[in-house]
Amino acid sequence: MTFAHHRHAAHCESGVISNLISHHGMPVSEAMAFGLSAALSFAYLPFIKLSGLPLIAYRQPPRAIIKGLAKALAAEFRFETFRTPAAGQARLDELLTQGQVVGLQTSVYWLPYFPEDMRFHFNAHNLLVYGKEGDDYLISDPVAEHPVRCNAEALSRARFSKGLLAPKGLLYTMVKLGPSIITPYAARKAILKTCRIMRAPIPIIGVRGIKMLANKVAQLDPTARRSSLFVGHIIRMQEEIGTGGAGFRFLYAAFLQEAAELSGMAVLTGFSERLMVIGDGWREFALTTARMVKGRDAMSPTKLAGMLRNLAEQEEVFFRELKMAMT
Amino acid sequence: MDMNNVPQEGNKTLGGHKKAVYAKDADGHIVAVASKGWEVEEIVTSQAVAEMMALTETARQNVLNGLSAPLEYWMYARRMDLLLLAQTTGLWRWRIRRHCRPAIFARLPYGLLARYAEALGLTLQELQHLP
Repeated sequence: MTFAHHRHAAHCESGVISNLISHHGMPVSEAMAFGLSAALSFAYLPFIKLSGLPLIAYRQPPRAIIKGLAKALAAEFRFETFRTPAAGQARLDELLTQGQVVGLQTSVYWLPYFPEDMRFHFNAHNLLVYGKEGDDYLISDPVAEHPVRCNAEALSRARFSKGLLAPKGLLYTMVKLGPSIITPYAARKAILKTCRIMRAPIPIIGVRGIKMLANKVAQLDPTARRSSLFVGHIIRMQEEIGTGGAGFRFLYAAFLQEAAELSGMAVLTGFSERLMVIGDGWREFALTTARMVKGRDAMSPTKLAGMLRNLAEQEEVFFRELKMAMT
Repeated sequence: MDMNNVPQEGNKTLGGHKKAVYAKDADGHIVAVASKGWEVEEIVTSQAVAEMMALTETARQNVLNGLSAPLEYWMYARRMDLLLLAQTTGLWRWRIRRHCRPAIFARLPYGLLARYAEALGLTLQELQHLP
């Protein structure tokens, strides 16, 4: 059994949803799914801790992509959660027998096909199940290059893990596809939403969130081991966890480029180019930080904070002008 | 980033997998490119893994020296911390901290042991000993 719409993606949620919609007959790229759901963001959330470090997100919270895209495309998804693993598995099997392709929310830690070093307790990993052979589920995990398999017990554990963003066995299927066209109106609306989020007057969100993070970095003690862990954590959130590079900036640039082909949106081509350049700045920030973590360069919180502030400035200007171009 | 600048450095943390990175191809289209990894990612991932392993090792020493119960070792070995184990088991953190004392762990009732074993994906046997 094969799944024709498995495409390798940068991010799990946008990948899953674009593959699922493609499976239902409307080819949509990952970048389009990401952009249309206005998923780009930045958030520094010191009150949510991951192994004692603050949550730093370069995108909207989990499920925002699925919900945002459903709205933009007037599509409908059905979400189900379960009290017991047995009920969750029974329902999954039932849907598979009906020939459905099912999306699941899982914990990365309990998925055996993940590389050992990447298995952390992160509860909002999305994947598609498209079949079952014996005790193995056939899985299209968009962050893996090819479809994979997972045994029932491990998958059940991954679906019913607890803690922050606990999935509670969440599964989703597509109920109805809308008119199947991407309108310039929907793209414009999504872009304006992203501009609004990035320039939100809230100190921990968007450009102001980046500045706040810069201030936190500036206060770090260059000799403390904890500082190295903190800046390393920023880079993991930006690069390692499947962002397509530069904390989703490259992915969003790909969306802007694709949206520029819609009628009356040609102006976006230039913005796409500019965001690629800003993305390169984020990559440089990652490289500088990693060198300090590794001890090749001396740890300099001031320098890193300076780089972050500079990126915040660039994004401030970028999203201001993008908004003006769209209104 | 251009397509030929996409790092292909073969990270050991990816375990042979490839990840998709977006970059510009020769015609200027931004496309997903499979990357074998970037050293930057390897450094920060290894750092986080090493931190977990250091905590696990400290806990193992504590257990061997009779300062702590195997529960603490297994918590870190499963890459959890007190907060996450508390959320997973539904127990208060102070109770878990208390259960990590060897004398108290030794006379933990079956129900609590089973709860920990379930949360950590272990058998009761395994939970009560170091591997």
